[in-house]
Amino acid sequence: MRILSRAWMPLCCVPLAFLTSGAALAASSDADFRSAYARADAAEKEAGRLRNQWIATEAALTEARAAAEKQDFEAAIAAAKEAEALAKASIFQATNEKDAWKNLEIR
Amino acid sequence: MRFWLITLAVLALSVAHPAHAADGIDPAADARAFRNYFVEKFPNVKLDDFANGPYSLNEDMRRQWEEKEQFPPYEFSLETGKELFAKPFANGKHYADCFPEQGIGVRQNYPRFDEKTGQVITLELALNLCRETNGEKAISYTGDDMAALTAYMAFTSRGKPFDIKIPNDPRALEAYENGKRYFYTRRGQLNFSCATCHVQNPGERLRAEVLAPALGILNALPIYRSEWGGMGTTSRRFVSCNSQVRGVPLEPQAEEYRDLEYFLSYVSNGLPISGPGSRP
Repeated sequence: MRILSRAWMPLCCVPLAFLTSGAALAASSDADFRSAYARADAAEKEAGRLRNQWIATEAALTEARAAAEKQDFEAAIAAAKEAEALAKASIFQATNEKDAWKNLEIR
Repeated sequence: MRFWLITLAVLALSVAHPAHAADGIDPAADARAFRNYFVEKFPNVKLDDFANGPYSLNEDMRRQWEEKEQFPPYEFSLETGKELFAKPFANGKHYADCFPEQGIGVRQNYPRFDEKTGQVITLELALNLCRETNGEKAISYTGDDMAALTAYMAFTSRGKPFDIKIPNDPRALEAYENGKRYFYTRRGQLNFSCATCHVQNPGERLRAEVLAPALGILNALPIYRSEWGGMGTTSRRFVSCNSQVRGVPLEPQAEEYRDLEYFLSYVSNGLPISGPGSRP
């Protein structure tokens, strides 16, 4: 019996370990979302300071929050990453246009 | 040898400096260049006709517009505006008490630069300042009442040429320059500036619309737009333009929008007020 128990013990631990790692994965997804969202939000705030936010960025941030509320962290992280990329593009646009606008000027 | 190289470099820099200084703010030169650009681009359009926006560039649209003007869609708003303008505030005063000439035939002088506050005062802002001075709440810059009031005031100025002044005040020049920068700056996900549509592509179609030239573009405001199913103020027009290029609009009457209106009105000096207008 003792031998049998020893033999089965690793097998019994498999589902337990799986469950534990699953919980860890979920926790890490939540943390990953918060981190991704914080980065996107910071970039969008910077775009706001430059008075150049995009509608698509705001929509992606809203989508990220909605997905996170439904515990769909995969979708939430994807939307947050998209929002960050869009916000960074709007920051680049605003920064670039500080001088580039003169190219369009009628002289 | 090194001495001569340094001397040449210094000379080159000193020659370059006046050229940079010449790039300074010169609204009169801007206005001349602005007008010349459109006159050369559209040699068959009479100068005053630019105040009629897309109708100056498209014969079919013009015919339809002229027929519509028999029973203009802004007529109801005009009547409302007249009533609102005459209605006394709770303290017994009127809008007329806040404006020169009792507010009649003065639209062509707005926006104006207020040297006391150092700000550009648009007609819309002046109306709300008037309300607040007399203990009334401000009304929405994008709402029907503001559109009606400005429609009535524009109507009393029809035919009068825009006469925007830029006083000899560095703050006024800065406001003008800010407006110019806003006009030419690309923004939104579509990477469009105001100039992309209204300088580079007037007369071209954007879906069903024919783009208006920037010269005289504010002379017809406020406008009735079939697309809106009602009247819209200059504020509403700026906000919707920003949205159309997928940018988050600024708050109505933000400093940037007021400066933009200052710039666009100044470069259209001499063109007649044609508002209120109507557009598809």
